[in-house]
Amino acid sequence: MAKTLIQLTVNGEPHEVAVNPRDLLIHTLRETLGLTGAHIGCDTSHCGACTIDIDGQSSKSCTMFAVQANGSNITTIEGMAGADGTLHVLQEAFREMHGLQCGFCTPGMIMRAHRLLEENPTPTEEEIRIGISGNLCRCTGYQNIVKAIQHASETLTSNVEA
Amino acid sequence: MIPGDFEFKQPASKDEALSMLRDGGDDARPLLGGQSLIPMMKLRMASPDILVDLRGLDDLRHISIGKSIHIGAAVTQHELIGSEELFNVCPIIRETALVIADPQIRYSGTIGGNVANGDPGNDMPALMQCLDATYILESSEGIREVKARDFYEAAYFTALQTGEIVTGIRFPKPESGHGYSYQKLKRKVGDYATAAAAVVLSLSGDNVKSASVALTNLADTPLFVEKAEDILVGSQLTLNTIRATMDAAEAIMEPVSDGRGSREYRTKMGGIMVKRAIEQAAMRADGTAKGGLFGWLKR
Repeated sequence: MAKTLIQLTVNGEPHEVAVNPRDLLIHTLRETLGLTGAHIGCDTSHCGACTIDIDGQSSKSCTMFAVQANGSNITTIEGMAGADGTLHVLQEAFREMHGLQCGFCTPGMIMRAHRLLEENPTPTEEEIRIGISGNLCRCTGYQNIVKAIQHASETLTSNVEA
Repeated sequence: MIPGDFEFKQPASKDEALSMLRDGGDDARPLLGGQSLIPMMKLRMASPDILVDLRGLDDLRHISIGKSIHIGAAVTQHELIGSEELFNVCPIIRETALVIADPQIRYSGTIGGNVANGDPGNDMPALMQCLDATYILESSEGIREVKARDFYEAAYFTALQTGEIVTGIRFPKPESGHGYSYQKLKRKVGDYATAAAAVVLSLSGDNVKSASVALTNLADTPLFVEKAEDILVGSQLTLNTIRATMDAAEAIMEPVSDGRGSREYRTKMGGIMVKRAIEQAAMRADGTAKGGLFGWLKR
């Protein structure tokens, strides 16, 4: 099949990419754009390691064709830190609260937590656990991930107040 | 896992989409959220030559509430959950959508895809049977309507003809003050139901005024429990009437033995889901005597 040209804005930068219709978005991000932060874990839309933010929604990029993302605005884990390398509040919180061990699930966890806090800046513990229920972690038992998201929520809320 | 090759078409209008599906025939498939179809394509269990993307069609994106409730096929589970207007008149929609898959999948997955795919594990079909919904089916030949209770023929086999799609769903607005419950037993977040039941009922004093019961993943189609209405309406919700409803439901279940449990276990759990859903619906219904009538439920 002929390749299609699609326009993507990824982490603020415009890209024009030629894709096959059957190319999954995760492969375009990782292999064409070199953004390997989003991971392929289960490749069956269970684990959430490939989670990215697309037009204000969390999406599992292993279960979406790149052509479906044409014209969209995407944020991946690479777009979270500042240009000068300053970690995003969520990244800092995951480090502070030991929200990761092996780190494989972390890009997906942080992207999902980012959208969760955008929608609900002060979630309860239960809301956090429901909110990240599409992301699997085999190391932490989730406890420190929940604490990290709570910590980030507190930091972001107090920044707004200050 | 890489799906087979296909041509991706993005129609600008519903009519254009229907023409594309007519021209594509059996080689073409409609695409909404893709949360069932794309995994099937990755496993090469589906390999359409043409995908017709319906997500951008504004005609399929409405939620409108009057005497009846209309929901466009492309409305996502996330949008269903987020609609306060819908929650105020028919809260069981949100309750059910919240136990479908996980947050990421609910941003993409649509009600149209969920009901039209014919997967017996999907949760919306039984709810639509419970609410006595009508599906609006459109093709380039025209429009027709099929009741959710008549739509499902076998696993992945429905009343849909080649080139025909579900464009929307319509159901009567449930009576104000109705009780409702969707009870789903599952092994983990994102799993299909081991057994699930949808119940909507209304009470007049101690008597059941209306009642509707349907079941998910307990046969190769969703199941509407026709006898539940006869058993419950006009009676009081006693242990005997609830037991009779459970028996009527279990009598029509035909679950397969699988990783979720044996046929016997899943049937028994189906009965329990019916019982819990009736009890919770009754407690949520206005007109429920506080404590007295349902005191025995807690014993």
